[in-house]
Amino acid sequence: MTATAFTDVVTRPGRLFIDTWVIVKRNLLRTVRLRQLLVFATIQPIMFLLLFNYVFGGAIGASIPAAAGGNYLDFLLPGLLVQISAFGAGQTALGLTEDLSNGAIDRFRSLPMARPAVLAGRTLADLIRNAFVMSLMLILGFAIGFRYSTSFVEFVAGVAVVLLFAYAMSWVMAAIGLKVRNPEAAQTAVFLPVFPLVFASAVFVPPSTMPSWLQPFAENQPVTVVAEAARGLMLGQGALGPGQTVAGQVGLAIVWCAGITLVAAPVAVWVYRRSTR
Amino acid sequence: MADATDPIVEVDDLHKRYGDVKALDGASLAIRTGTVYGLLGANGAGKTTLINVLATLLVPDSGTATVGGDDVVHRARAVRRRVGLAGQFAAVDGYLTGRENVEMVGRLYGLGRRDARRRADVVLERFNLADAADRRAAGYSGGMRRRLDLAASLVGRPEVLFLDEPTTGIDPASRVDIWTLVRALVSRGTTVLLTTQYLDEADELADRIGVIDNGRIISEGTADELKDALGANAIRLRVREPDVERTRLVTAGFGGSVSETGGQFDFPAAEGNRTLLAILRRLDDEGIDPLDLALERPSLDDVFLALTGTPHVETPEP
Repeated sequence: MTATAFTDVVTRPGRLFIDTWVIVKRNLLRTVRLRQLLVFATIQPIMFLLLFNYVFGGAIGASIPAAAGGNYLDFLLPGLLVQISAFGAGQTALGLTEDLSNGAIDRFRSLPMARPAVLAGRTLADLIRNAFVMSLMLILGFAIGFRYSTSFVEFVAGVAVVLLFAYAMSWVMAAIGLKVRNPEAAQTAVFLPVFPLVFASAVFVPPSTMPSWLQPFAENQPVTVVAEAARGLMLGQGALGPGQTVAGQVGLAIVWCAGITLVAAPVAVWVYRRSTR
Repeated sequence: MADATDPIVEVDDLHKRYGDVKALDGASLAIRTGTVYGLLGANGAGKTTLINVLATLLVPDSGTATVGGDDVVHRARAVRRRVGLAGQFAAVDGYLTGRENVEMVGRLYGLGRRDARRRADVVLERFNLADAADRRAAGYSGGMRRRLDLAASLVGRPEVLFLDEPTTGIDPASRVDIWTLVRALVSRGTTVLLTTQYLDEADELADRIGVIDNGRIISEGTADELKDALGANAIRLRVREPDVERTRLVTAGFGGSVSETGGQFDFPAAEGNRTLLAILRRLDDEGIDPLDLALERPSLDDVFLALTGTPHVETPEP
């Protein structure tokens, strides 16, 4: 017997990094091999893009800010990226409930691995999947006529802000999934916060078209802030409302993302740890 | 290396409550290094809860448990290095291949990439999974999944292996495979704590058996000791259908717990042959002509019945 098997244990920060990577790889392999999941995760946003652009585009086009040049697609796509990042984050909850019910989490818990790696690996893998789906959306968007009117660097920065939001939402969904535990229930639970955030926002239409009681929420909630930050970065100052600056919206978006992560991640970790009681 | 006579697992007065249910109610036991301890109990007796505490998945309300001297609550990480867990519901990832499953667990035990791969090859070979190693586990049979789960739990070479109902719900041939593997492990020095609902499994594998009921160990010993404690002998009596009613009255007069199934009565014979003679006389008085009457060494079934007061029922396969 090799009693020395574990003397080669790497120092703790190193362990966290390696274990997180092992979990990321495992989750990505699952995603790639679970074809339906990947296909639906891709088809749904593509449908949204095509339906909203071609069905509502004509009607909504008139009420959008001038910088989008009356082109609804330019207005829609940055917001739609935020929408699919929020929907995509729901997979974090579903994946975790599945791991809870099939015994995978119990196995991870019984191993001498870095504990935060299970959640860190899950949220990172979901971020990568989200980035993949977003690139497909962008490719399709470009194909049907989307053009950014700023520089390439600003365009990429716009995508990065949305990914930051996707990551923050993943932690919210992790907390929900760990709390709900049941995969079927999680299916519904994840959409409860997501639907109002996504639709009562500036993703599809400018909030100024909404009833006055809804406007304060629609104008200030995180999905809107992030969508406007992305829009500003991709389309420039003219795409924003009066009194807003690109830098201001981006700063606000980063604060929202950081704030959500700083609250949701400790909650998720706490729920994860508590379930050993 | 610890002395072979030292207990490697020590459990002292564990309590764990879920609402009104006492899952563990003062469970205590000790397992010596290199032996197999069989924890025998019905569904809901507390077996899985106890395993989960020892595997650091669950924090007890009170009491202590140590593995290799390390407390499972306060030194959980050290404990996790020593133990392997193969659960009742094989925690195998169906989307990964057999090899990927085992390698992943090896990596999470702290092995480097190459070590993890090499050891995965070794355990897969040993568990007869080498040919299927590169297929996705979703396509494995129930028995193969159990073997893969077991292989994964061994890739970190744990000193103590917890097997929670390793053969529940698999076919008899796979069951015998698992038994063979467990015996091979023990011959290499691994200590095993095995829970089971199957008396023959405990009888077959365990050096010591603890009977658990309502969250506490109500009796403990070797299979022989447990049987001896019962008064060494039991009587098995079979009668014809019309005589069943009267036989029931006769056997009731002999005290002890009687188990009855379709005209067959089993009960402890406190005084061996004298009890046999006495019952024969009473049957004769009643004019009952038994189909079969024999004095038998008790089975673990009888032990279970006597200890828990409920006949042992094997849960139907799901």
